[in-house]
Amino acid sequence: MSADPLLQIRDLGVSFLTEEGTVRAVDGVSLDLAAGEILAVVGESGSGKSVSAMTLLGLTRSPNARFEGTATYKGTELIGAGDHELQGIRGEEIAMIFQDPMTSLNPVHKIGDQIAEQIQAHDKVSDAAARERSIEMLERVGIPRARERVDSYPHEFSGGMRQRVMIALALSCDPNILIADEPTTALDVTIQAQILDRIRTLRDETGAAVILVTHDLGVVAELADRVAVMYAGRIVEQGTLDEIFYEPQHPYTWGLLGSIARVDRDRPDRLPAIAGLPPSLADRPEGCHFRPRCPHAFGKCDQTPDLEHRGGGAPGHLDRCWLEAEAKERLRQVDGQIGLRAPEESPA
Amino acid sequence: MARFIIRRLLAMVLVLFAISVITFLIFQVIPGGDPAVRLAGKQPMPDQLARIRAQYGFDKPILVQYARTMKEIFTGNITSYSTQINVVDEIKQDFPRTLWLALGAALMWMGFAVAFGLYTAMRAGAIGDRVITVIALVGVSMPVFWIGALMNYYLGFKAGIFPNGGYVIFGQSPTDWIYHLLMPWTALSLLFIGIYSRLLRSNLLDTINEDYVRTARAKGLTERQILTRHVLRNSLIPIVTLWGLDFGAVLGGGAILTEVVFDLQGVGQYAYESVKQLDVPPVLTITMFGAFFIVVLNTFVDIVYAFLDPRIRVS
Amino acid sequence: MGTEPNGLGPGRLALRRLRRNRSALAFGVLFMVIVALCVAAPIWSHHFAHIGPTAGDNLSQVTVDGKKKDVVSPDGVPIGPTWQGRYFLGAADGNGKDLAVRLLYGGRNSLLIGVGAALITTVVALILGILAGFLRGAVDGVISRMMDIVWAFPVILLGIALGTAFALGGVNLGVLTIGQDSKWVPILIIAIVYVPYMGRPIRGQVLGLREREFVEAARAQGMRPLRLMFSEILPNLSSTVIVFFPLMVANAILLEAALGFVGVGVRPPEPSWGTLIGVGVERIQTGPHLAIVPGVMLVLAVLGLNVFGDGVRDAFDPRSTIREER
Repeated sequence: MSADPLLQIRDLGVSFLTEEGTVRAVDGVSLDLAAGEILAVVGESGSGKSVSAMTLLGLTRSPNARFEGTATYKGTELIGAGDHELQGIRGEEIAMIFQDPMTSLNPVHKIGDQIAEQIQAHDKVSDAAARERSIEMLERVGIPRARERVDSYPHEFSGGMRQRVMIALALSCDPNILIADEPTTALDVTIQAQILDRIRTLRDETGAAVILVTHDLGVVAELADRVAVMYAGRIVEQGTLDEIFYEPQHPYTWGLLGSIARVDRDRPDRLPAIAGLPPSLADRPEGCHFRPRCPHAFGKCDQTPDLEHRGGGAPGHLDRCWLEAEAKERLRQVDGQIGLRAPEESPA
Repeated sequence: MARFIIRRLLAMVLVLFAISVITFLIFQVIPGGDPAVRLAGKQPMPDQLARIRAQYGFDKPILVQYARTMKEIFTGNITSYSTQINVVDEIKQDFPRTLWLALGAALMWMGFAVAFGLYTAMRAGAIGDRVITVIALVGVSMPVFWIGALMNYYLGFKAGIFPNGGYVIFGQSPTDWIYHLLMPWTALSLLFIGIYSRLLRSNLLDTINEDYVRTARAKGLTERQILTRHVLRNSLIPIVTLWGLDFGAVLGGGAILTEVVFDLQGVGQYAYESVKQLDVPPVLTITMFGAFFIVVLNTFVDIVYAFLDPRIRVS
Repeated sequence: MGTEPNGLGPGRLALRRLRRNRSALAFGVLFMVIVALCVAAPIWSHHFAHIGPTAGDNLSQVTVDGKKKDVVSPDGVPIGPTWQGRYFLGAADGNGKDLAVRLLYGGRNSLLIGVGAALITTVVALILGILAGFLRGAVDGVISRMMDIVWAFPVILLGIALGTAFALGGVNLGVLTIGQDSKWVPILIIAIVYVPYMGRPIRGQVLGLREREFVEAARAQGMRPLRLMFSEILPNLSSTVIVFFPLMVANAILLEAALGFVGVGVRPPEPSWGTLIGVGVERIQTGPHLAIVPGVMLVLAVLGLNVFGDGVRDAFDPRSTIREER
């Protein structure tokens, strides 16, 4: 890309001091986000994807949190920025929607007021103008009879409607980046499709970039332009949607892809799961974090691999695996599909 | 909303009726022995007893006695057995004192509780937090009449900083009025400041961690706006309603002992003195009015709660 | 985090947390010390003070530092602390009773009443709360209304009203006769007054519990309602009861003190902390220690219960100040 990235994250680290020791939730994450692109950050619970996203807006700040690295947005450093600076960016430049629409709206304020509140925090407009804009936003996200419902309370809406309200809220100040943290996880499948569709439409209309945090590869396939796969606080692979789905380079990605139920193959007796459990974020094994669960681990894996371009394919396709490129090509196929071999099956 | 109000009002009337019945029964059913004998004094003659029974209606069936007592109370005609004073008149005279005691204390404890609650929530875990928690716990553990008596003795009687009890009517001298009420207000507040600041602290800590506060922050609001419009607003709702209930409870009877200790001659003290003489009509009347007041206030508080928290209106 | 989840039940987990809470434990010990002192009242009375709690002789004299002093002076002032066996803390009133002895015996009464009332309240509240919450319908309607009505009375006023009624001549309900001087009077009064305090939260919890799957499963297995309430619902209420109980005792002791102060609690000449404070306040100008000493004892006992009870509540529902985000 010749254009400067909208958001540049370099070596982001987030640690929490707890009774059980220092927990390293985010361990050196670097990413670029271009204007108008949808970047999916995929990983299981505890991978650090949500913490990374929320740290961009300073929402993980607490007395026992420690931050490293930089996240530069249009020349402004977000990590460690002052409250005043961050408040100007939140909502106005970078907006966020959260996982649980049931609890993310204040139950005692009308939804119209909650949207107007954000508008008036950034623009000096009258109450009436803010209200008009709220109604407009509700209409854009597809809330029927928006003019009446702007005075309703959150508990009068269903889950899917509330998430739309959240989207309306997030986009009300026309931000350049929308961070969506598991936006459909708490909704049922039929509503999911509508919400994802809405996000894509709004991206097309407004040109906002989207960081989509999710654990659901189906959602990724539906929306993403580029994908970053996270494991135990690190990005283990990143590339375009096609690169990740068709030429994945990291064993963890193989495991993720292999564990999805697919229409185009016979139903297995059990869905292949990745053996073992994610590591505790408090005590880290040295080297590759995935090593204990990887059937292809070998000597070199006790050194931490950097995230870099290692093999064939476009230069933007990065991964953290010491295996040689042709070994990867060979090993990533199980029974004709992409997947991770079970530990007993792998050749020594 | 209107339907909600009407339903609550109807329930209230039923409860009031039940209260009147129960209060009456307490004094009818429980005491053993013959009330006429008690009233007649030593060595009663049979015709004396008969006269007393007729006069007070002890010889009539319970239902009639109930109706009669209720009539007496509500027409303001009930008289004390021992002093022959009209109970309702006496209550009317004493009530303003009790009211000012309760109101002043309620406002005082609420003010301090909000300040302490906010402070301890913001500084959760720090030393100030612990100190205030300790003070709160001690406050809750002290009988109000004990600490009141000690305050009155040391600050009033001995040190002379405050007056040694008594009540001054506002009309006579506003400054003296406040002067005489400061110590009782403080004594009565001590109990509640503790409870309320800890309650507010707990609610604040809960609310701060709510998802919608995170959303508010992501909107770009200042910390101050987040605190007032989201954290405080939501935390205070249950507390304001509790405050209403406790204010009613204090007014309805909790202030009794404070009045006695500071000699404020309010309704509570009247009840106390009647109890000492085992004089039933005032105790009966005051108990009933006290409960009435609480029920009415409870209903009012319920309605206010529905007003503050829209989720309640659905149920 | 980590490999294996540890399998401690909520009770054991709470116990572990409680053990780490040193201030709660310290105050629990404080309360037990007070209890122990009061239980040992007869020992003090027989071996050190040589005087009973209700005995008093206002005409006698005691030897203090070699000098003879009146137990009660001619103008009615009781003697102050002698710091010796007899009248260790001085005389309690114009009748020459021993304050220290009455303090300990009074403590016995107050604690007995407090714990007794709390136990009765707990049992009754459990029964009513479970019946109301589980059976719902008419049963719930009646029980809830009853609890609402009792709770509508200001606690002290209701206590005083009941106390007055009882004082007029004990209880005579045909089946049940309780003398007006019996200690059962304050126990029952306090127990009745506080039933809604515990009963309503229990009912609320039962309402929630009955919707849970394990109850449905048990019902589907054909368990009878009575058995269900006893074996499925009741055990799940244990943490609520454990948290409430110390606070109940504390409230009961305070209410007993109020009743005693007004004169409708423990009847003279039996002592209780409330009656001692009452007498002390009346005579505060002749000797503030008469009011201070029983008050301090009571405050320490109640404080011990409150802090310990707080610790118990925290142990079951901790809120750590350090939270980790996902």
